[in-house]
Formats: sequence, structure tokens, C-alpha cells
Amino acid sequence: MESSDSLNVEGLGVNLGGREVVNDVSLAIESGGWLSIIGPNGSGKSSLLRAIAGIIPAKGTVLFQGKDVMQLNAKFRAQTVSIVPQIPIVPPRVRVIDYVLLGRTPYLGRGFQPTGEDVHLAEGVMAELDLEDMSDRFVTEMSGGERQRVIIARALVQQPKLLLLDEPTTALDMGHQQDVLELVDLQRKRLGITVIGAFHDLTLASQYGTSMALLVNGTVSKSGPPHEILTEESLKDIYGANVSIHKNGENVSIIPERRKSSKGDFK
Amino acid sequence: MGASLILLSSILLSLLFGPVSIRGDRIFLEILNRIPGVSIDSGLSSIQAAIVWDVRFPRIILGLIVGGLLAVAGASYQGVFRNPLADPYLLGVAAGAGLGATIAIVTGATNGEGMFDALPIAAFIGSAIAVGITLVVGGAVGRSTSTASLLLAGVAVASLFTAIQTYIQQRESSTLRQVYSWILGRLSTSGWDEVIMILPYATISLAVMFSMRGALDVLAVGEEEALSLGIQPRRVRWIVIGAASLAAASAVAVSGLIAFVGIIVPHAVRLVVGASNRLVVPLSFFIGASFLILTDLLARTLQSPAELPIGVVTAFFGAPFFLFVLRRRSDGII
Repeated sequence: MESSDSLNVEGLGVNLGGREVVNDVSLAIESGGWLSIIGPNGSGKSSLLRAIAGIIPAKGTVLFQGKDVMQLNAKFRAQTVSIVPQIPIVPPRVRVIDYVLLGRTPYLGRGFQPTGEDVHLAEGVMAELDLEDMSDRFVTEMSGGERQRVIIARALVQQPKLLLLDEPTTALDMGHQQDVLELVDLQRKRLGITVIGAFHDLTLASQYGTSMALLVNGTVSKSGPPHEILTEESLKDIYGANVSIHKNGENVSIIPERRKSSKGDFK
Repeated sequence: MGASLILLSSILLSLLFGPVSIRGDRIFLEILNRIPGVSIDSGLSSIQAAIVWDVRFPRIILGLIVGGLLAVAGASYQGVFRNPLADPYLLGVAAGAGLGATIAIVTGATNGEGMFDALPIAAFIGSAIAVGITLVVGGAVGRSTSTASLLLAGVAVASLFTAIQTYIQQRESSTLRQVYSWILGRLSTSGWDEVIMILPYATISLAVMFSMRGALDVLAVGEEEALSLGIQPRRVRWIVIGAASLAAASAVAVSGLIAFVGIIVPHAVRLVVGASNRLVVPLSFFIGASFLILTDLLARTLQSPAELPIGVVTAFFGAPFFLFVLRRRSDGII
């Protein structure tokens, strides 16, 4: 019984088209922590995040700060949890400021008309993400890195207490990956947001995660501090990957190794 | 705002022209004269005054309402289906109204010169039934996230109703001309009856569509993301589809099938102001109303005293514009 736990997921299951893509997942994260979820393609990372966000039907409970997120109505849930989807749908001919303001939706009245305060807040978040000069551009016409920052801006403008990131760095180059994650980490530390992120890049996942869970076939196979999860054996088992792992204290870096030819060395 | 100026000038321009020429200044004095509590001698004869007040003015107001309804319904459908080619007749409204109107014409229910012509009521009931079937069938099948089943149900219902309508029409070929002229659309009025008839439906459906325009912008990011932003997408979708169908059905009931207003006007607006429905929906009302008032002016003056069906005029201007929009769309601009 850890009373500092912020998020408690119990027995979460997702059934998509008759297949259990997430099966009896239980997780706990301390308030203000960052949980990195790793696992091979098709292991259920996205479905798990979407279930926690309450946007796909799921069984089990998601308790966040004592409240059952799945029982909240859409509006209150959206004031608590926001998600950066893996492949967001960006409508054509929508300007950056209007797109970011969508994040204010759960706070607006019946007519969904943002107030000056909402605009002010959105502009503040955009300034922190170096987007202040891009207010009038169309989101569809931005580069991958800019667009990802716009989508994160929308999620932050939602003022969530729990932020879910679904492979937020997959489309980005190395520099932008670090930019985006540093930015999220900064906001996490400053505002005490709890973060759950699904990652393919294990090094980044371990660098930013305060804890880590390894998902295999929809169930949690291992969870704990990153340096305990990432071992050469487990990565070979689960990803079928040849890697060497270099640990420096709690810092882990993973280096893919080319498979040795089964026919032996040609010298 | 610019759009309301355009609307106002369309109204004024349309008041000025007609088969009977009447001096402009006197027309405005006559209109002022009709404001309760105002009494001005416009200098018009009683026949001229009747032409202004009971013929031209109600027709212009009807054009305003119908044009606004069709354009706003079109913008709403396009938002809700996230499909730029959606139009207000999409879910069987046109075919249903066509069947209703044909039945009314064939059974002679419209021949009476009485106050209440049965045709608009029959057309309204026909389109309500057709949309109802589409929504029940398409909605039940498409419990998931897809709107495709709804659109397909609309296509099937429209074909069915059109088949029945064609069958009846062929059996009673003496009424062919009347049915045909109804299908091409018209804004002819008998005094203020049509305006009074359509007003309650227009008010309700417009109020609903205006209040949901912000929710449509949220819906543009897809069902799951909309849900994550605190919107209940299915609820929004049903409310908007219901209101837009009511708008389309009541417009069709009083004016027949006026083509293209529901597609071209929202697109023209989007080309200028971008895709935000907060702007597109209200501006579509003003531009749609102006567009229909002006095309009706052309329809009734180009071959004066004969009238062109207004559907012919809107399609004549609408179709080329539509092709232009399609071409731009393939360039990725819309």
C-alpha cells in the first residue's frame, strides 16, 4: 500500500475485434512520476494508453488521485487526462492557434467559444514551446518537429494532471526528440504532472522514465526502475534483438549489434 | 461585418427589379411605411404597393431563409461527416421530398387554391421519412466510429424513394411537367404563407447548428481525440445531423430542389476564411442567403416576364465553381 501513488491501474483489459490486446494490466505510478512503457510492435502499448485516457472501451479500473477515471464524464476526464496520440488527425486549413485552443474545449461553455483568458493561456504555452511566431500558420503545412510541438501544446493547454504520450518522438530526428522530451520533462517537474509515455526508443525511454514497464502480448512482463528492466537477455527474448547494454550508474544506453553471420567469419 | 453588407445590398438590389418597373425611392418609402408605427405616403398605387409588399418582399425573404438554411446545413454536414463533398440532400432529403411532392401533385392535393397548399407539407413529410429511415438503419449498422454506413444508407434510401417516385410519375404522365418544374426548384410565393410556414423550423434548426459550430471544430480531429478533449462525438453528430436534416427538409418543402447552394457556398467561405466552423457556419448563412436572393433575381428577370427555374440558375453558376473547387482540392488546398 503506497499512499504516494498517483495512478493505480487495476486489471485493465481491452478487447479489440475479439482479440484481447491488453490483458489484466496492473500498474502504479507515484504522483509526478514518469512511466515509460516499452514493448515490441503490437504489444498493446497504444491500446493501454487509450484505455487509460478513457477513449476506448475497457474493463478494469483506472484510479487517478482517488478518482475512477473511467467513471468520470468526458468533460471532467478531459480536464484531468490528456493524450498526445501516435498519429493525430490534423484537419486541413486549421491555424496553429485554433488547433492549440482545442485543448481548452473541456473548460468552455455551451457555445465552445474560447475567452481572452483561454487565448492568453494558449499563447503562453506556445511561447514556451517556441511556437509564438507560428500562430497563423496552417498545422498541415508545418514540419514534423513543429507539428509535434503543436500537438503537445494542445495537450498541455488542456492543463492535465496526467499526460499520456503515445510514441511522441517516432517521427522526429535525434535533436527534436530530445527537445520534445526535455520540454515535457520540464513541464512535468514544474507543474507536478504525471506522465506515461509509450516508446520504441529504449534509450530515451530509460533516460526520461522514473520507472518502466515492459509490455508483451498485452500483459506487463516486467516493471521497475529502467536499469533493471533493460537487460541484454530480456531484449533478445522479447524484441528478438541483438544489443549490448552499457550502464553508467542509472544511465543506460543500448547499442544494437549487427548479428553475426551464421556461416562464420570470412577473414 | 462585410457579409451582412453583402446580404443587405442583395436584398435592396432584388427589391428594385422585376417585370413591373417601380421607382426605387418609392419602394423604400413603402417598406418603411410597413414598419409598425410608421406611416409614410410612398406615392405608390395600391397595386404597386401590393407588388412590393406581397410579391417581391416575401419572395426575397424566402430566398434569404432558404439560401441561409441550405448553406448552413451544407456546412454542418461537411463538418459532421468530415467530408467536403457532403451536401444537405445527402441522407435522402431530396428523394423523400421528391416522392412526397409527386404524390401530392398526382393525387391533386395541390390543385386547390386554398391557403394551405398540401405540396410543401407532403414534401416535408416525405423527406422526414427518408432521413428517418437513413438514420435508423445507418445509425444502427454504424455503431462504431464510421459515418460511412450512414452515407451508404442514405444512398440506398434515396435510390428506393427515387424509384418509387419515378414509377408514380410515369404512371401519371399528365403531371410530369408539374413534377419536373417542382424538382428544378422555385421561390414563387403566395404572399407571406411560405415564409410563415418555414420560419419556426428555420429558427430552431439554425439555432441548433449555430450553437454546435464550435463542437464541429473539435469533431474535426476525429472521434477518439474529440472524446479525449471532452466532447461526446456521437451526441454532437446526432444533434447536428438532426438539425441539418430539418433545415434541408423545410427548405426543400417550400422551394423544391435547389442545387449546389449547400456545397458551393460553404466552400467559397472556406477559401476566404479558412476551415474554422466558428466562422464558416455564420458566414455561410449570410453568403448563402445573398447568393440565393441574387440568383433568384436573375431567374425572374433574365427572360422576363417568364421565369427560369432557380435550380437551373444556381446549377449553371454552381457546377463550374464546384469543378474549380474540386480541382483546387486535388492540389491539396482544401
